[in-house]
Amino acid sequence: MDSDSDFFIPASSSPSGMSAPFASYHLDDAYDELLEPNGTPRPQYEFLYHRLLELTPQELSQRQRSADLSFLHQGITFTVYSDSRGTERIFPYDLLPRIITAQEWDTIERGLIQRIMALNLFLHDIYHGAQILKDKVVPHELVRSSKHFRKQMLGINVPHDVYVAVTGTDLIRMPNGRFAVLEDNLRVPSGASYMLANRQVMKRVFPNLFNHYGVRPLEFYGQALLTSMRELAPKDRAGASDLTIVLLSPGVFNSAYFEHTFLARQMGVQLVEGRDLMVHDNIVYMRTTAGLQRVDVIYRRIDDDFIDPSVFRQDSMLGAAGIFNAYLHGNVTLANALGTGVADDKAVYAYVPAIVRYYLNEDPILDNIETYLCSDDDQREYVLANLDKLVVKAVGESGGYGMLVGPHSTAEQRADFARLVKAQPRNYIAQPTIQLSRAPCFLDNQVEPRHVDLRPYILYGSQIRILPGGLTRVALRRGSLVVNSSQGGGSKDTWVLGQ
Amino acid sequence: MLSRVADSLYWMSRYLERVDHVTRLIDVHLTIVPEQSTEAAHRRRSRLVTSLVGEKYPVDAITSDFELAALLTFDEDNPNSIARCIASARENARPVREQINSQMWEQINQMYLYIQNSSMADIWVGEPHQFYHRINQDVYRFQGITDSRVSRDQGWHFIQLGKYIERAAETADALNVDFRDLYRASLAVDAVDQNTYLEWVGLLRGCAAYEAYSKVYTANVQPNSIVEFLILNPEFPYSVRFAINAIQKSLDAIGVATETPKSARVYRLAGRLRATLDYAQVEEIMESGLGSSLLEIQNRCAEIHDIIYQTYIAYTYSDRVAK
Repeated sequence: MDSDSDFFIPASSSPSGMSAPFASYHLDDAYDELLEPNGTPRPQYEFLYHRLLELTPQELSQRQRSADLSFLHQGITFTVYSDSRGTERIFPYDLLPRIITAQEWDTIERGLIQRIMALNLFLHDIYHGAQILKDKVVPHELVRSSKHFRKQMLGINVPHDVYVAVTGTDLIRMPNGRFAVLEDNLRVPSGASYMLANRQVMKRVFPNLFNHYGVRPLEFYGQALLTSMRELAPKDRAGASDLTIVLLSPGVFNSAYFEHTFLARQMGVQLVEGRDLMVHDNIVYMRTTAGLQRVDVIYRRIDDDFIDPSVFRQDSMLGAAGIFNAYLHGNVTLANALGTGVADDKAVYAYVPAIVRYYLNEDPILDNIETYLCSDDDQREYVLANLDKLVVKAVGESGGYGMLVGPHSTAEQRADFARLVKAQPRNYIAQPTIQLSRAPCFLDNQVEPRHVDLRPYILYGSQIRILPGGLTRVALRRGSLVVNSSQGGGSKDTWVLGQ
Repeated sequence: MLSRVADSLYWMSRYLERVDHVTRLIDVHLTIVPEQSTEAAHRRRSRLVTSLVGEKYPVDAITSDFELAALLTFDEDNPNSIARCIASARENARPVREQINSQMWEQINQMYLYIQNSSMADIWVGEPHQFYHRINQDVYRFQGITDSRVSRDQGWHFIQLGKYIERAAETADALNVDFRDLYRASLAVDAVDQNTYLEWVGLLRGCAAYEAYSKVYTANVQPNSIVEFLILNPEFPYSVRFAINAIQKSLDAIGVATETPKSARVYRLAGRLRATLDYAQVEEIMESGLGSSLLEIQNRCAEIHDIIYQTYIAYTYSDRVAK
């Protein structure tokens, strides 16, 4: 036992009187993942809490350095676009795990399965007959005006009727402790590789702690992803011994390129770029040293717009001409399907509870955040009058772009957004500013609370599979509510306990 | 294997082999010049610049070993500088990260980070040898990891092709440049004089060959023996003949793995060069002119490179659908 144990204080002491390394740990209105409102650690954090009291800040810093170095050497980086040299940075990693109990996870899991099933049924419906629009549960105009609605997909059947093979739902924990969905991310969600890399580093840095907790494993992600893709193969190719699955990446300059290579290796499939593909007689091929080889399933990590320059954006160099026709003929599977973005449109989001009830006849298990649609006159009035209190978001954007956080905004920014909202009301929604829950982070030799969210990954093949955990993203700047990596966010390992 | 991947593996390997070559030549150079006259040192620098940067580079601009080392180590405008070659190797490794194993990638990445964090001033203040030695060791470590851990599939063979095509061309080039400058000087005398001896040993060490040479010919350093060893020795890994053998073996393996009818063309081309070397005599080479023989070898290597591209990398749809 090291000398720091002299500072050990009973867990019942008040937060203000806490010893190093918790001296700057203060509670506020947000839900605290570590401490109960009375300042005692929550049961699942108790062991970690006491372990942190035993370790010296030097020991903790040393582990942080060793973790950072490991990320750097492995090249686990993302590219910063604003930097002309295309600098690669490591995705900041926080040393301390975020812990989720088996019971909490059970609710999350059931809630996600329910939500994904409903959204998938919704996608199938709106591209086949659109009964939900006829029944006026979701406004017709809202769907047809979505930037991500693809009229080319009307009447097209996709294997097993599965549109969203991979989802990365953003969850937040509300001040009342309940989990709510912030965004559905049904297009090309990223971050799974960081979840897996965080886990690898964590097991090296805190082996004993990890072992003590009985954390549920994540390592099977690559295999589960591969299995789902296999299950979604075109019907006449299902089970073929030479079934070929590829991961289609925009290439080395994409900010998520590390993730693409990582997942391709985890799945044991080829990572291809558009220039490796070629379509002939509605069959997709890749160019290999042994000639052209047929491709059956494309786990695509590029947006709808860039898939096929002969159908969508003509200037796209990332996809390959003819893929859409091959898809239309059922000769190749795209995962996710084209046109899924219409269901994660932030205005459609407001209707997801109704969508769940409509298709499944159940109450939603996970909460939705109250959402004001600027296309509605009354709601827009309210939004414009309360810009300083609300978060305003562009409906088709992601990654923290096109967003106004009212309480942290300047008068000038609010005036800009007011103009934007009035010009294109359909393009904007607003939500109350939610205090995301806070989790302990190791920063500057101290343990301090920072706001976090949680992105679990949901796979949908012939059945739904959910990884126990996900990527916990952290807003590393004190007080910040923005967790996106492009905006100063980091991440930490997420532990779902076995029991 | 994707054609683009084969291409990247090939160039990754070529660039690392070039790093090995350039690094060793500078390292050897810095140990030789302290014993040389100003004039000999200048000629030596000129040869290195001609060989490693290009004939067109204004040699007279380089007046010191510091400038030479900076040009060959860090210069951003010199595509063959060590820093540029390491960056190029890494650029080629990045898009195939899922194809090479993670240790190979980490090794390249660490080399890249190391050279990014080094500067000419730092190297010069300390012991330059330590820096170059470390880079050399890093390349060997990479090649060692490759040999120990990579399955002998097509990817491995494309890595071998890159390494040995680069090596054959470099050994031929080093011989060519040094002989042009040094050979006449020693032609008249039976035994080479002390200064020229230093240069011949430098040539051997530059080709990582001195110790291996001595085992075969003792320390009796003779131009003809050097040519024989560096071009025709079948066992020494840096000799041209060894490299051509390796190239032919890999082409054979790739042809079998891909079942490509056209592979015969590229195989024959390498086979012809190999046969020439198998039956060549050093005396004949010297009589017919070393320079033209070396040029012939370099041209053949370039041809092999071109045909590999036509056959495996840059073909069009009209060619064929894989089995």
